[in-house]
Amino acid sequence: MPAARSLWSRLHLRERIRDRDTAVYGVLLIVALVWPMATIFATGDTFLTSQAAHAGTWVLLAVGLNVVVGFAGLLDLGYAAFFAIGAYSYALFASFQLASSPLHHAYHLPFWLMLFVGMFVAAAFGAILGFPTLRLRGDYLAIVTLGFGEIVPQLFLNLDQWTGGINAIGSIDQPSLPAWITGPWAGANDIAIVRDFNFSFDPVAYYVLIVILIIGAVILVNNLHRSRLGRAWMAIREDEVAAAAMGINTVTTKLLAFAIGASFSGFAGAYYGASFGLVSPDSFLFVVSVTVLVMVVLGGMGNIAGVIIGAIAIYFLLNSVLSSLPANLQSLSNAIGLGWLNNSNGAWPGLSELAQRLQFLLYGLILVLMMLLRPQGIFPSRIREQELKHAVATEEETVVEQAHAS
Amino acid sequence: MSVGDFGFFVICLTAIVLLAAQAVVHPSEFAQILVFGLADGAIYALVALGYTMVYGIIELINFAHGDVFTLGAYVAAAVMGFFAGTSEDTFSVSNLVALLVTFPAAMLLMGAVNITIERVAYRPLRNAPRLAPLITAIGMSFLLEGIMFVWSGPFTVHVPDLLPHGPGFNTTIGGVFIEFKDVFVVVAAAILVSLLAVFINRSKLGKAMRATAQDRDASQLMGININRTIAATFFIGALLAGAGGVIWGLYFNAITYNLGFRTGLVAFTSAVFGGIGNIPGAALGGMVIGLTAAFSDAYIGSKWTQVVIFGILIGVLVFRPTGLLGMRVPEK
Repeated sequence: MPAARSLWSRLHLRERIRDRDTAVYGVLLIVALVWPMATIFATGDTFLTSQAAHAGTWVLLAVGLNVVVGFAGLLDLGYAAFFAIGAYSYALFASFQLASSPLHHAYHLPFWLMLFVGMFVAAAFGAILGFPTLRLRGDYLAIVTLGFGEIVPQLFLNLDQWTGGINAIGSIDQPSLPAWITGPWAGANDIAIVRDFNFSFDPVAYYVLIVILIIGAVILVNNLHRSRLGRAWMAIREDEVAAAAMGINTVTTKLLAFAIGASFSGFAGAYYGASFGLVSPDSFLFVVSVTVLVMVVLGGMGNIAGVIIGAIAIYFLLNSVLSSLPANLQSLSNAIGLGWLNNSNGAWPGLSELAQRLQFLLYGLILVLMMLLRPQGIFPSRIREQELKHAVATEEETVVEQAHAS
Repeated sequence: MSVGDFGFFVICLTAIVLLAAQAVVHPSEFAQILVFGLADGAIYALVALGYTMVYGIIELINFAHGDVFTLGAYVAAAVMGFFAGTSEDTFSVSNLVALLVTFPAAMLLMGAVNITIERVAYRPLRNAPRLAPLITAIGMSFLLEGIMFVWSGPFTVHVPDLLPHGPGFNTTIGGVFIEFKDVFVVVAAAILVSLLAVFINRSKLGKAMRATAQDRDASQLMGININRTIAATFFIGALLAGAGGVIWGLYFNAITYNLGFRTGLVAFTSAVFGGIGNIPGAALGGMVIGLTAAFSDAYIGSKWTQVVIFGILIGVLVFRPTGLLGMRVPEK
C-alpha cells in the first residue's frame, strides 16, 4: 500500500498527534462540534448545551487570565472586577436600567458593538490600575488587585441609583443578528436555511456564539504568545532584571499583559450579561477570581490548551459534581437502606444538608491537594516543563560536584 | 521625600484635619466614635500581627489567618458552653473561671491548627513558585470556612456575653458612654501586644525569628533551625488570632463562618498600612484602620466603609508601598 503510506506520511498526522497540544485542540474542536447534536439527540432537550455555553464563559475568562498569570507571571486576584465591569457596561447600555437613573433615558446599543466596548472599558480600567502598581513587587500587585476586586462589586452595589444595587439589572437585551443573516431564509418560514437560530430562546445560538468567540480568542492568544511581545512576557516572567537588561521595557510590557488580560475579562463579561440576562453585584465576588485562577493553575499555567481543559474540568466539578452531591448522596443512602440518615436530628443536619454544607470544604480541600500533588497542572506548558526538568538536573549536578569536591 | 510619600502625607493630613474639625464641632459624638474605633482597632491589631509576622518571615499572605481568627471565636463559643453556672446577666466567679479557661484553650488550639496548616500546606511548597503557596493558602481558608460551615451551618452563632456588663459596669464621661468591655478589649490587646514585643526583642527564639526574616540562608548557617522558627512564628501569630477571636466574640457576641474573610482582609490592610513585616507597624496600623472604619461608618455611611478601607489599601501600596513605619524591602 505505497499510496496510502505516502498519503499518511504527507499529512504528518503522526507527528501532529505526537504534539500533545495539537491533539488536545483537535479533540476539543471535535467535541465542541459534536456536543450540541449529541446531547440534544441523547437527552432530547438543550440543557446540556446551555450548560456548555455557560462553561464557555469560564473558558474565555481562563484564557484571558492565562495571559496575565501564565505568560507574564503577574498575580491577579481581582480578575472578577474586570468581568463585572464588562458585564455592567453591557447591562447598563442594553436594558431599561438607565431610564430609572438620573439620566432618564434607556439605551439599547447593539450587543456586537458593546462586546468590544466592554472589552475596551475593562482594558482601560486594567491600565489605570496597573500603571501605578506594576512598578511594585510581585505580590503587591496581587494585593492591589485583590483590593480592587473587593471595591468594584461593592461600588456596583452602592451606586444603586445607577445600577439598581442589590436588585440587579434584569431583562438585558439579547443579541440580534444583522439583517443579512436573519433574512427571509432564516427562522420559521418555508425557505429557512438557518433554522431557529435565535438568541432569544435558543441556547444553541449562544453555544455557537461562545464557541466562535473562544476560537477567536485562542487564535489571538496563540499568536500573541509567539509574537515578540509574548517572548518579552516570558522573559519577564523568568527574570525581570535580565529582561530589562536585554532592552525590554518591563513596565509597558507588563501593563500590556495586564490590560490584555483585563480586556478578555470585559469581553467575557459582556457575553455573560447577554447570555444570562441578569447582572447582579454578588456574581463577581472574590471566589470568582479564585476559581478562574484555579482553572488556569490546574490546567497548566501558560499552556492554552491545558487552561481550556482546566476550565472545563473545574466548571464540571463545581456545577455538576459538587452541586448534585446532596441529591446523589440522598438517593444512595435510600438505596442502601440508610434512609434514616436523611432526616435531621438534633445536631445532625441530615445527609443532604450536610453534603450541601460540605461543598465549600471539599472545594478548599481540592485546591490544597491539587497544589501539593501536581503544582504544574494537568497539561503544563512544554517549555516550562523542560525548564523545570533542566533546573532539577543542574541542581543534581552541583550536588554531585560538591560530593566529589569534599 | 519622593512624590509618592508627599501624596501619602498630604492625604493623611487632610483626613486628620477633617476629623479635627469634626472633633471641635461635635466633641462628644466624636469621642463616642473614637471609643468604638479603638475597640475595633485593637482586635484588628491582634489579627494584623499574625499577617505581618508570617509575611515578614516567609513572604506569604496567609489567607487562612482570618479564618483561624474566626475558628478561635467558634471554639470560644463551644468552650464557654461547657461551663455550668455562668451567667450572662450577672458577673459571677464561674464567669471568671470560664474566661480564664477559654482564652488559653482557644489560643493554644488555634496555635496547633496554624502549625498544622504550615506543616501540611506551606512547608512542602516553600521553594515552589510564589503562586503555589498562595493558592494553598486560599484553599486552606476555604477549608477552615468549610469546617465552620459544616459545624454550625450558615447561621449566626451566639457567643455568651460573660464579661461584666450592665449597670455599675459602664459610665458616661463627658457625654461619652463607655462600657467595661470597651476598656477590656483595648487593655487585653495592649497586654498581648506588649508581651509579643518583649518576646520578639528579648528572647532567643524572637531573635531567631528576626534573623530568619532578614536572611533565611545566613541564619541557617548560624545554626538556627529554620523549620522550627517558622513554625513558632505561625504558632505565635495564631495565639494572637485566637485571642482576637475570643475577644471579638465577647465584644460583639455574634459570629458567622465567613467572618474571617472580611476581617482578615481588613487586618491585612492594617498590616500593609503599618508597613508589612513591621510588628509595631501592624499594631499601629490596626488601630488606625479600626478608627478609620469607625469614622467612615459614622461620617460617610457604613456601606462605603469597605470601599474606603480597600481604597486605603490600594492608595498605600501605590503612594507609599513601605507603609507608615516600614523600611524599603529589596526585591528578592
